[in-house]
Amino acid sequence: MTSIPIQHYLIVGAALFSIGLAIAITKRHFIGILLGIELMLNAVNINLVAFSRHDPERLGGQLFALFVIVVAAAEVTVALAIILRVYGRFKTVDPDKVSELKK
Amino acid sequence: MEAAAFYGFSTLAIASALFILFTKNLIYAAFALFLAFLGVGALYVLAGADFLGVTQIMIYVGGILVLLIFGIMLTQKGDKSADPSKPNRIEVLIKREVWGFLIGTGFFIFLLKVIFTSDFRMAGDSINSKSTIKTIGVELMTSHLLPFEIAAVLLLVALIGAAYLAMNRNPTP
Repeated sequence: MTSIPIQHYLIVGAALFSIGLAIAITKRHFIGILLGIELMLNAVNINLVAFSRHDPERLGGQLFALFVIVVAAAEVTVALAIILRVYGRFKTVDPDKVSELKK
Repeated sequence: MEAAAFYGFSTLAIASALFILFTKNLIYAAFALFLAFLGVGALYVLAGADFLGVTQIMIYVGGILVLLIFGIMLTQKGDKSADPSKPNRIEVLIKREVWGFLIGTGFFIFLLKVIFTSDFRMAGDSINSKSTIKTIGVELMTSHLLPFEIAAVLLLVALIGAAYLAMNRNPTP
């Protein structure tokens, strides 16, 4: 019934995934890296939902996307706790400066 | 009409993501991520996943993004000499731009090649416009029961682990 071909959904997902990867590489802040990771998970969910359009009886893609959202929520909580511990120890949020070895 | 909505929301999501990539202020990046999540939720609804769109807005926008903004707030360097009338900027240094853009665009081109050279033969017809909540509930309670319960255990473990990690943030030696 929908007129939008599945390739367009996949292209949007690919663009968001690539931008999220670039964010996770370029930002020098732990939470900036987390923003990139969340964007990548959303791009993957777009792909799952787009393929799930053609499976209206079992909706496997939407269920998988639901589990991805749950795991992402758990991951963010634990990652933020770890970031707070690292910040309390090293007093910095720059991943390049978290090091105990001699320069 | 539907095509206009789809391309509009796709443009919103991708433009917000590009803004996150290019901005140096982390708070602005978090609010742009809010817009990107709303755009992605609208794309879910356009793909016929109404329950998943609402879930995306509730969990991502109402939970994860607020958590990230709390994290930004808690990991700030407090300048005692800062002028309180100035807007609070959280500068994020941006390094490795060349590598980021090279890997990002290279991966994007690779994905485009995969998408355009693959020939999807779709079995089954497209989704009909009835609600997906009944199907999702029945599937969760029959064929996906084990992942459902494992997700419950995972959330409990994440809660306990995050609480344990976050207490005593500054341990006195």
